[in-house]
Amino acid sequence: MRMPNSTCSYDAALLDAVAEEMRRDARVFFMATNPPRPLSEEFGPGRVRRTPISEAAMTGMAIGAAGSGFRPIVHWGNVCFSFVAFDQAVNQAARIRYMFGGQRDFPIVFCARYLNGTRSAAQHSQTGYALYAHAAGLKIAAPSNAADAKGLLKAAIRDPDPVVFFESERLGKTASEIASGEPLVPFGSAAVRRSGTDVTIVAIAYMVEEALAAASALEEHGINAEVLDPRTLVPLDTDAIRESVQRTGRLIVVDESFPTCSFAAEIITSVVEDGATMQALQAPPQRVCTLPVPVPFSPALEDHVLPGAQRIADVARSVVDRVASRRL
Amino acid sequence: MSTPALTPDARRRLYRQMLLIRRFDERALELRAAGEIDGVVHPYVGQEAVAVGVCANLTQRDRITSTHRGHGHCIAKGADPQRMMAELYGRVDGYCKGKAGSMHIADFEIGMLGANGIVGAGLPIAAGAALASAMEGDGSIAVCFFGDGASNEGELHECLNVSALWRLPVVWLCENNGWATATPTAEGLAAEGPSAFAPAYGIASEVVDGNDVEAVFEATGRAVASVRAGEGPVVLEARTFRMLGHAYRRVAPPEVRDPPLLDEWQRRDPIDRFRARLITDGTIDEAAAADIERSVSAELDDAVRFASASPVPRPEDAFEGFFASAAR
Repeated sequence: MRMPNSTCSYDAALLDAVAEEMRRDARVFFMATNPPRPLSEEFGPGRVRRTPISEAAMTGMAIGAAGSGFRPIVHWGNVCFSFVAFDQAVNQAARIRYMFGGQRDFPIVFCARYLNGTRSAAQHSQTGYALYAHAAGLKIAAPSNAADAKGLLKAAIRDPDPVVFFESERLGKTASEIASGEPLVPFGSAAVRRSGTDVTIVAIAYMVEEALAAASALEEHGINAEVLDPRTLVPLDTDAIRESVQRTGRLIVVDESFPTCSFAAEIITSVVEDGATMQALQAPPQRVCTLPVPVPFSPALEDHVLPGAQRIADVARSVVDRVASRRL
Repeated sequence: MSTPALTPDARRRLYRQMLLIRRFDERALELRAAGEIDGVVHPYVGQEAVAVGVCANLTQRDRITSTHRGHGHCIAKGADPQRMMAELYGRVDGYCKGKAGSMHIADFEIGMLGANGIVGAGLPIAAGAALASAMEGDGSIAVCFFGDGASNEGELHECLNVSALWRLPVVWLCENNGWATATPTAEGLAAEGPSAFAPAYGIASEVVDGNDVEAVFEATGRAVASVRAGEGPVVLEARTFRMLGHAYRRVAPPEVRDPPLLDEWQRRDPIDRFRARLITDGTIDEAAAADIERSVSAELDDAVRFASASPVPRPEDAFEGFFASAAR
């Protein structure tokens, strides 16, 4: 049991969230190829199940168990491994509530980690959240800090719908203060990480850290950036994004994913489709994504292709400067 | 383990249920050819003895998963032909409110976890239902209907493996009808039949004549008793034949199988065989058989009347049932 308002790492917060929800609800159980030892020790092999490396089986078993009254959590390990189970995730988990006329809820959490930025190469370094958002029928969480990791995961476990819960490896050791009690974070509620007036930087998960670093650098250039963290991608808090953009007149979306059909593209679309926000724009919105290649291993190359504070700041300055020059 | 002998009443019920499945599908094909209903129909004609012989061993708490060829499994598990027919009509009183059509009928209330459009997809879902039964400890089991075509899928091996490891209460019920759409089983499967895989996983298996409803009933009875007793999964392979084409839209698909093969299986028609046996042993006479035929026909007349009178969904119904809680 943690003390009130304790400081906790992102990884520990995730573990706490699962353990607390398993204590709270006997219908919650956990499946993973390598379940965390503390969970196994507390709940035993019946509720913390060590699975064979069989992603399709474990994904489909979660669906069958959820349709039979349980609330499974499946840790896919890396999101790239889940692609072995793509049918079960996309054709089954995402579809069957709707396709069966809403007869049953399927309260499942699929946890998925991505290793971007950890020298893990192309088959372990892709975010995958745009793929699953496009699957239509899955909610998507992508927390940027320990407190949200805990609050969103607890909310995901209680949610009646299937959720894919994304964990950024680079956030694992980061720590933040976590409120005592039941710090649930509701889905569909963005958080302003830094208030600003000149440009809105929407950043997903770990990219919030890079965006905040960029914002500090921009301040030295007299640019006051707002950093907005959507926290969940499905549902997406479009109202908060539009409201921010209407104030700043400029939008950059930071997403460490391949740019084509990325979630950054979706966020920009959600802004430009709205007449009032479109009118407020003083510069074209910009994606700051992974450069358009798979993520390479070599540290020199990976650092070059992934978005970071420097590139975010450069794009922000160009967006703001462009407006300044246009005004001249 | 022995199965209690079927009473004359029970045998008459099995016969009527087989006939109801046969006539339901014939009616569905007529309606499809006439353009009364839309989409695609996968007839179960020729395999009725399997669904009926299997499900006669199950209670409402037991759960099944089905295939794209699911009408027979639905009826055998106790689904209401009126609501099934309304689903084929795409109407609001269908089991899935018109979201599913012929290929995806589900009724979770009676433990029918859905017909499935993806070959092999029901396997992990059934494993999950079996896991739920095991965790519930209520003595219920799962039965997974799958075809010889699904035996070519990796999911079968994942599921045989995990079900054996965890001693899940599941009967893997392969309906080997000899043809994976237009490919003979022997051209798609290196093993003689799917049951050949079972020994490698330490799973008990049996091959049964799938065109003999009583043989299926007895073999399933043995399998179900063993599974309920906690002995772990069983593979049961029912050798049968799909007497019609794989899938029908308005025009029937070309027949790819040789006439002598079709004739051979025509002579083994499971309904003709069972009726002849019942008449020979005095369980029914010709007059009683005709009565059953009339009562089935009347039941289907009612189903068509109910379905065609059911309201067409309104456009706004397209949005109903997608997520259980708000996602936009």
